[in-house]
Amino acid sequence: MTLARRIIPCLDVDGGRVVKGIEFEGLRDMGDPAELAARYNREGADELVFLDISASRDGRATFLETIRRVAEQLNIPLTAGGGIRKMEDGQAVTRAGADKVTVNTAAVERPDLISELARQFGSQAVVLSMDVKRVGTKWEIFVRGGRDATGIDAIEWVQEAVDRGAGEILLTSIDRDGTCSGFDCHLTAKIAATVAVPVIASGGASTFEDFLAVFQQGNADAALAASIFHNETRSIAALKQFLAERGVPVRRKA
Amino acid sequence: MKIAIVDYGAGNLPSVERALRKLGADTEIATRPEQLSAAKVIVLPGVGHFSAFVEGLREKGLTSSLRTAYDSGVPILGICLGLQALFASSEEAPGEKGLAFFPGEVRALPKNVKSPHIGWNQLERLQPSKLLQGIPEDAYFYFAHSFAAPAAREYTVAACNHGFPFAAVIEQRNLMGVQFHPEKSGEAGAALLSNFVEAVR
Repeated sequence: MTLARRIIPCLDVDGGRVVKGIEFEGLRDMGDPAELAARYNREGADELVFLDISASRDGRATFLETIRRVAEQLNIPLTAGGGIRKMEDGQAVTRAGADKVTVNTAAVERPDLISELARQFGSQAVVLSMDVKRVGTKWEIFVRGGRDATGIDAIEWVQEAVDRGAGEILLTSIDRDGTCSGFDCHLTAKIAATVAVPVIASGGASTFEDFLAVFQQGNADAALAASIFHNETRSIAALKQFLAERGVPVRRKA
Repeated sequence: MKIAIVDYGAGNLPSVERALRKLGADTEIATRPEQLSAAKVIVLPGVGHFSAFVEGLREKGLTSSLRTAYDSGVPILGICLGLQALFASSEEAPGEKGLAFFPGEVRALPKNVKSPHIGWNQLERLQPSKLLQGIPEDAYFYFAHSFAAPAAREYTVAACNHGFPFAAVIEQRNLMGVQFHPEKSGEAGAALLSNFVEAVR
């Protein structure tokens, strides 16, 4: 009887499509959200995270419609986020079918948001996303998609967020994000040792060995990645087989 | 056979409703006592806080009709917080009364494990089970909770362990309960709900 380590694909959504940011090119269309969600579900994904990266109000309505369409056919947990600034935003995505809500910039600007969401939905439904960058000798929180420095210490922030009721931490290393040089195991282990809630590691995944390292050395409870799963060369089923053979408990589909 | 899904005001009902309908079950959302009085099968889903749950039931006048349904043998399935509400009380809300169909107190997960217990875990089968019939022993189910009911022998058919052994699947007379979310537990969860629909048909 073992709690499995989770593999979580993350999908960025804009205008009702899954997109991927490409350097010098902008956004590339990766496909239909519901179709990708169904494929990940089939391949054995343990949960899905959908992030709204559109900035407009129209984009918001389209995002909710996307969540509705995806939730319709999913029988694994679904987390939604991107632009959740107040309780009503959280209610809108959960009504659309999300099981958990994730908050980032707005929670840094107004930490009460975490408390409000936890009171309404319970801690198990509130995921704090934090984008962290090494600055000198400390780890610092960055906001607005990792662009703006805040001066806030990541260790202090994660403690406050959990005290306020965040039930899970989605930890992204800005230093590693998009580099394909592997998860930041040092940072992940530090956060995992700081708080008593599950930690989802993100940023830098490229090989199966990266996932093995973040579970074994980083003590991550779950690992999240976007683009490496979008192209079908690396399936979740193959990743899970790789991890299982090396002693990492994972949920395998029968 | 129509299944009444209890709406106390804050639960995530659509996914439970959708999962049951996919199995061909006829469902209705029950918000009024007379709906529960007429119900032949009741599902009690819940997420969030214990006190919000039992207060919600009380404010809608559903507590006593649930009691009557239980006494008259109507099958009742509690999911997650819906399982916890079947007990007398919870450490999450000291002084607050649960439905008390089972004696005992729902307890907080201890400090030496991660809480909430979030993710896919396996079960230890303790007794033959209607709900788990035909489901592989090593199947995983999706949990998301910070409190749990003690795994007492008289009602627990399958336990899970996270800090202490707790009741993961309960079956006693017409009462059933699951601490995990079958509607979010992939094929294993769908098989469990299918067993439930068959058992109450």
